[in-house]
Amino acid sequence: MSILANQSTKLIVQGVTGNEGLFHTQQMLQYKTNVVGGVTPGKGGEWVLDGKIPVFDSVKAAVEMTGANASVIFVPARHCADAIYEASDAGINLVVCITEGIPVQDMLKVKSYLQHSKTRLVGPNCPGLLTPGEAKIGIIPGNITIPGNVGVISKSGTLTYEVLYALKHFDRGVSTCVGIGGDPIKGTGFMELLEMFEADAKTDQVVIIGEIGGSDEENAADYISRYMTKPVVAFIAGVTAPPGKRMGHAGAIIDGNTGTAKAKIEALESAGVRVAKHPEEIPSLLG
Amino acid sequence: MKLHEYQSKQIFKSHGIPIPKGRVAGTASEVKQIAEEFGTNIIVKSQVLVGGRGKAGGIRLVKSPKEAQDAATAILGMEIKGLPVRKVLVDEAVSIVKEFYIGIANDRIRQMPVLMASGSGGMDIEEVAAKTPEKITKVYIDPILGLKEFQLRDAAIGIDLPRQFWKPFTEIGRALWKVYQDCDSTLVEINPMVISADNKLVALDAKIILDDNALFRHPDLAELRDLDVEEPSEIEARKFEVTFIKMQGNIGCMVNGAGLAMATMDILNLYGGEASNFLDIGGGASAEKVAASLRIILSDPKVKAILINVFGGITRCDVVAKGIISAASEVDVKVPMVIRLVGTNEEEGRQLLKKSKFISAETLVEAAQLAVKSAQGS
Repeated sequence: MSILANQSTKLIVQGVTGNEGLFHTQQMLQYKTNVVGGVTPGKGGEWVLDGKIPVFDSVKAAVEMTGANASVIFVPARHCADAIYEASDAGINLVVCITEGIPVQDMLKVKSYLQHSKTRLVGPNCPGLLTPGEAKIGIIPGNITIPGNVGVISKSGTLTYEVLYALKHFDRGVSTCVGIGGDPIKGTGFMELLEMFEADAKTDQVVIIGEIGGSDEENAADYISRYMTKPVVAFIAGVTAPPGKRMGHAGAIIDGNTGTAKAKIEALESAGVRVAKHPEEIPSLLG
Repeated sequence: MKLHEYQSKQIFKSHGIPIPKGRVAGTASEVKQIAEEFGTNIIVKSQVLVGGRGKAGGIRLVKSPKEAQDAATAILGMEIKGLPVRKVLVDEAVSIVKEFYIGIANDRIRQMPVLMASGSGGMDIEEVAAKTPEKITKVYIDPILGLKEFQLRDAAIGIDLPRQFWKPFTEIGRALWKVYQDCDSTLVEINPMVISADNKLVALDAKIILDDNALFRHPDLAELRDLDVEEPSEIEARKFEVTFIKMQGNIGCMVNGAGLAMATMDILNLYGGEASNFLDIGGGASAEKVAASLRIILSDPKVKAILINVFGGITRCDVVAKGIISAASEVDVKVPMVIRLVGTNEEEGRQLLKKSKFISAETLVEAAQLAVKSAQGS
C-alpha cells in the first residue's frame, strides 16, 4: 500500500482545458496515472490530448460517466472554493487543490463545509501528491523520485522536489509524497498524514518539510513524541527570514513570537526528530 | 494589506460602529482649523502602519487649536519605526470610564475565525495573550453560520461588561463581523473600545488588515494601499507578480517557490554568505518576469554575486533559461552569476545556458558555495 493515491485511483482534472491544467494532465498521463476525464464548464463533449481525455461540464457528470474518486484542481483562485464544493457534492473522496491565492475566507468556509463531508482536501497552494510508480496527482515532476519506503510531507513545492531529488541521488525511494501547501488555512495537515504513514506498511520512515509561520510543526512534534514509532527526519525553511514579513507563501510569516524556525526546530528535536541543516543533508539522516 | 486608523474608522462608521468625531489632515494649519471647530479636548494621532505610536510620541492630547497645530507640526515631521508620518487624525477626546479590547482574527490552529474580547483594553493584546491568557475571552465562529448573538453575550459576560452595555456591545460585535466579512479581512480590531463618561460604547482606535488574495473582490479597498511602507523594489516586483523582499546581504537570489527561496537564503547563511533579497518568481515564470527579477536584484548596488536556483515543476527549466538569456542581453550583468537548473526540461535548459558566460552548479550545496565564493572574490 501507500497513502491516498495508487494505481486504482480514478482521477479527474478540474480546469483541464487551461494551459497549466492541460500541460500537467499530459504529465500525469505520461506517469501512467489513471486520468479518466476532465471538467471545464461549457466545454462538455470535447476531447483533449489527442482524444485521450473526455471533457465534462460538471464534476457530477464526470463521476457518473467515469466512476472517478479523486480530483485535482487547476482552476483560477477566484473559482476554487466553488470547484471544491462541486467535487465534494459529487462524492469525490480526495480533492487535491494546486491553485495558489485563494481568499482566506473562502478557505475558512470550505474547511467548515468539509467537516460534514467524507471528502478529504489536500492543499490548496500545493504541488499535490505522488505515489512513485503508481500515481501522480498534481505537478510534482515524476522523473525526480523512485518507489521506496520513505513517506514525505511538505508545506512547500519546489523545496519538496529538492528533497526528492536528493533522496533519489542516494537511491532512496518514496512511498508517497504529499504537498500540504503553504496557506494558513488548508485541508490535510501534518498530523493526519503522520498517522497515515505510521499505519502504512510500505512506509518505514517519514520526512517532514516545514517552514516559518503558524505552529503546525510544533503540533506535529507533539504528535510524533506521543504516537510515532517510525523515525522522522525534518527540515525547516526560514531560519534567516525576518519577522513580520510574508515570505511568499500566505502562511509563511513570523507573527510576534509565533512561527519562528528556531522554535519549530527545537520542538522537533526535543521530540526525537533529526533536523537537517539543509535539504541535501536529509538522505544522510535517514535510517 | 493594512489600512490606516482613519481609513478603518470610516469603514467602521459606515457599518454603524460608534467612533469619536474626527477628521484626517495632512498639514498643521488644517489641524488648527479642525481643532477650532471641535473645541477644547482634542487628540492628534499620527497615521502610520506600525504599532507603538503612543510610546514614540505620535499621539498627543491637546487643549487648544494652537496646541493642536504645534502637536501636528511635531508629529508630521516625525518618522516612527522608519516610516514617515504624512497624515494625522484629529479626534475629539473622549472621557474614558473603562477600556476593553474586541477583535476578530483567523485562528490557524482551529482553522476558524475567532472573536476575542478582553477587559484589558488599550494594551498590546499579544502581550496580554502571552502573559495572562485567562484575561482574553475567545469565541470561535463557524464562518458558514456566522457570529451568533449568544456568542456575543458570552463574550460580554467573559469580560464582565455591565448588563446595560450588552445591547450596544452586541451591535458593535455584529457590525465588526460584517466588516470582517465585507472587507475580506484577516483582522478587525477595536483597541480600545471604551465606556465613555456619558455611558456610551465607543471605538477609540480601529485596525483592519485585508487579505491580499481577496483584493480582486475589493478594487476600492485595494486603492487604499499605502506605498510608503514598502520598498520601491518590492512595489516594482509586484507589477511582475514576483514576490521580492529586501534583505541585508550581498548575494542576489532568484528562486522559484517560496520554500525553496527561503531554504536558498538559509543555505547561503550556512556557508558564510548572506542573501540581499528573497525572490520567488512563482509558477510558470515567463522570460519577462525573469528579466524583470534580474533588473530588480541588480538595482541594489550592494549585490556582489547572483544565485539563480530553479527547480522545475510548473516552471520549466528551458523557459527560465530563455528568460535568463534574454535578461542578460538586456541588462548589463557585471557580477558573477551562479545558475542551477534542475527538474522538468532540465537538459533543454542546460543546453541553452551552456553557451553562456554563467557559472553552472548541479547541487544546492555546490551552488551556495560557488555563490558565496563569487561574492567574496568580486
